[in-house]
Amino acid sequence: MPRSVKKGPFIDEKLLAKIDGMNHRGEKKVIKTWARASMISPEFVGHTVAVHNGNKFIPVYITENMVGHKLGEFSPTRLFRGHGGKLADKRSR
Amino acid sequence: MARIAGVDLPRGKRIEIALTYIFGIGPTRAKEILDACGVDPDRRTQDLDDDDVNRLRRQIEGNYKVEGALRTERSMNIKRLMDIGCYRGLRHRRGLPARGQRTKTNARTHKGKKRAIAGKKAPPRK
Repeated sequence: MPRSVKKGPFIDEKLLAKIDGMNHRGEKKVIKTWARASMISPEFVGHTVAVHNGNKFIPVYITENMVGHKLGEFSPTRLFRGHGGKLADKRSR
Repeated sequence: MARIAGVDLPRGKRIEIALTYIFGIGPTRAKEILDACGVDPDRRTQDLDDDDVNRLRRQIEGNYKVEGALRTERSMNIKRLMDIGCYRGLRHRRGLPARGQRTKTNARTHKGKKRAIAGKKAPPRK
């Protein structure tokens, strides 16, 4: 079920404040965040956000197309190296 | 012969059903269109005169995205997902279901026909 329209999109406030600040000052820095559930709002475009995937931070460069998606969608949490056999063994190394 | 949006409509069927042969028009839209054009849904395609067919054609081409245009839009949407590298895009790239369905079993619609895996024993048949 989608989120209620009444509430508006969920955008992590602290993250948005940081991005806004950077937009004001016109600087670009990579921000680390755990807020995978946060929607990408238009202010984010052009910035790089390092999104935690449970193990490490995956740098995500935000483009216009990504607005409306959630940060977590760009930072996969699972690593699938294929099922057993010689082929998979080779790939995992 | 009634030809709308590049599709030949089956002659012997009721127009309400015949319209659903066009990609992008299902039962609901077919009824909507017939309503707007004032054509009786129970008439057969072969019984329509050119005037009726032209009205239907204009109604469909003016107001709905069907056939090629719709297919293009759909594939562009998928391409967008793949290009931005989001989870759903990755799933499309791998040919797996994109909406969190299980893949241990089933998911054959998206994965396609079963492929044999070398060295895997078939489960014992009863």
